[in-house]
Amino acid sequence: MPKLSYREASLAAVQQSMRSDPAVWCVGEDLGRGGVFGQYKGLREEFGEARISDAPISEAAIMGAALGAAMMGTRPIVEMRFSDFALCATDELVNQIAKARFMFGGQSRAPMVIRKPMGLWRSSAAQHSQSLESWYAHIPGLVVACPGTPQDNYSMLKAAIACDDPVVYLEHKGIWDIEGDVDFSEEFEFGKARIRRAGSDVTIVSWSNTANIAVEAADTLTEKGVSAEVVDLRSLWPWDKTAVLTSVAKTGHLVVAHESVAVAGFGAEVIATVAEKAGHTLKGPVRRLGAPRSLVSYAPNLEDQLRVTSEMIVTAAQDTLEKAS
Amino acid sequence: MTSAGHNYERGRSLLQMMERIRAFEEQACLAAERDKLVLGAIHPSIGQEAVAAGIMHNLSKEDILLSTHRGHGHTLAKGASSLAMMRELLGREGGCCGGKGGSMHIADFSVGMLGANGVVGANITIAAGAAHAIRLLGDNRIVVDIFGDGAVNRGPFLEGINWAVVFKLPILFVCEDNQYSATTKTKTMTGGDGAAARAASLGMRSTVVDGNDVEAIADTMTDIAARLRDGGPPEFLHAKTYRRMGHTSFDPAAYRPEGEAVEEEKKNDPIERQRAILRAVGMTEDDIQLLHQNAQKEMIDILQKAAGTPFPASDTAFIDVQDIGSPAVEAY
Ligand SMILES: Cc1ncc(C[n+]2csc(CCOP(=O)(O)OP(=O)(O)O)c2C)c(N)n1
Ligand SMILES: [Mg+2]
Repeated sequence: MPKLSYREASLAAVQQSMRSDPAVWCVGEDLGRGGVFGQYKGLREEFGEARISDAPISEAAIMGAALGAAMMGTRPIVEMRFSDFALCATDELVNQIAKARFMFGGQSRAPMVIRKPMGLWRSSAAQHSQSLESWYAHIPGLVVACPGTPQDNYSMLKAAIACDDPVVYLEHKGIWDIEGDVDFSEEFEFGKARIRRAGSDVTIVSWSNTANIAVEAADTLTEKGVSAEVVDLRSLWPWDKTAVLTSVAKTGHLVVAHESVAVAGFGAEVIATVAEKAGHTLKGPVRRLGAPRSLVSYAPNLEDQLRVTSEMIVTAAQDTLEKAS
Repeated sequence: MTSAGHNYERGRSLLQMMERIRAFEEQACLAAERDKLVLGAIHPSIGQEAVAAGIMHNLSKEDILLSTHRGHGHTLAKGASSLAMMRELLGREGGCCGGKGGSMHIADFSVGMLGANGVVGANITIAAGAAHAIRLLGDNRIVVDIFGDGAVNRGPFLEGINWAVVFKLPILFVCEDNQYSATTKTKTMTGGDGAAARAASLGMRSTVVDGNDVEAIADTMTDIAARLRDGGPPEFLHAKTYRRMGHTSFDPAAYRPEGEAVEEEKKNDPIERQRAILRAVGMTEDDIQLLHQNAQKEMIDILQKAAGTPFPASDTAFIDVQDIGSPAVEAY
């Protein structure tokens, strides 16, 4: 089993998919040079200019043209560079791509992957650091993926490329270099969480890089004699309600943690669902961790004010356990 | 146009198509006002039929078309069924979009009509992408993208046209300039020398044509289509016409100078102009009337049929949203 970085895992997924399906092609700014994060390195040499296509700095056209090309039977992978810039193509994604199949009565499909690297990334400030996954989870027609590990960035990207629905694929740009074993035979099914740590005292639900931080927190909790279960949702639409409800039924305690703003974040959706379906089984108060409803700064100490840390997750888990009824 | 060199059969079929578009929209307006069967907004193209007829005459069903909220004429001329279209306007089963789209999202992929669009200017980048796919797939089809004069002030106009130029795509952009954007005279809100000049500034070959002269449009389009099929670069056509009705069928357009629309109808109706051309080359009054009556009859019939068609099954509200995470399985 190869040890790959998060970046290399995505590269392998794209490369393998392009080898096996000639309809797959990539389009975005600076792809020919390997992409801003090197996640397309070497692909131009193998697949040529037409299939690893550069683009003008025209996010709306990249997104809109990819839809036109998808409706014609090709399978574009759209690179938005930073998820923040995808906001320049909001109409194309929300009004066009997400609706192209439904509003034409099923005459068309939009099989495409929209890669949008998101998240905090060393002093990048307010316009290069956002995590807006909850926006996309709110839009009918879209599938939303938030891989947090090299294995998932391989398996999930392969599944996204093979999927006939438009997939908003939110890699976390702070973890391109993290490494891990990648099993090329592992297949991802949307809506299936991964239990990153099994445990019996408290359930920690997370995704993307915060799931990695939750795993650290679980290790600390183990040292303190608390057995925490970390549920990495991996895809937010569809999301694995069964895994969450099963875990909560066992532990009776729930902590939800994500990097994006807590207010109206996807954590609220998870907690509302638990409240509706299993509220009576909870033994302690639910804890929600997300960024304050504030903006990301440049100065590192200010940037850190918005981070959800391993210590915060540990404290939240201990808190709900202490308040057990 | 003299009789020497005039293609009579083509001229007749252009007139026939314009008659069908006019009759379809007249019936659609009646279905809205008189019958209250069309519930959403419809945007008639009455007086602009020459653009649809002249351009689509040069396309096959394999070629691709994208259109706007004012797209009935384009869709019919591309070969869509008038009955399926009317059913769509009435939100009925068997409508081209199963009653999910209505007038503003009318589409018939089986004849290469990839959709009208409810967002002004949005079809421009999508159409460029359809042409991009044709380049990737390596076939000989061409794409026509039609939008209004108001769309030239949106960002996708710049992005989509530049895209087509840099990738040398087989596409024609048509600005169907009816001089109005909703209730605003477009030129009061548009800088520079207009749509064609803007396209030309991006390196695109641009042609201006009388948008009420169906023969001129068809001639121009024959040449453009040949160049595109030959691998030529993308082109732009600015067709100048006039919106005879209000923005929607419900809009009395009281903001227009008095008499403007009546004057336009009198001197510039594309159907009357084509009749005059055909009369001059020997078309009989009987034949002219026959085309008119056949079109009327077809559209009265399909309205009646559409009105007798049931609404779609309720559960289709949850079909064709997405496969993965479908609301038919679990809405939340
Ligand atoms: C992005 C956007 N802004 C505003 C509207 C509302 N709207 C619908 S049609 C229209 C006028 C469009 O004018 P034009 O492009 O000239 O087309 P026409 O209606 O004349 O055919 C407006 C403002 C819209 N649908 N989309
Ligand atoms: Mg207009």
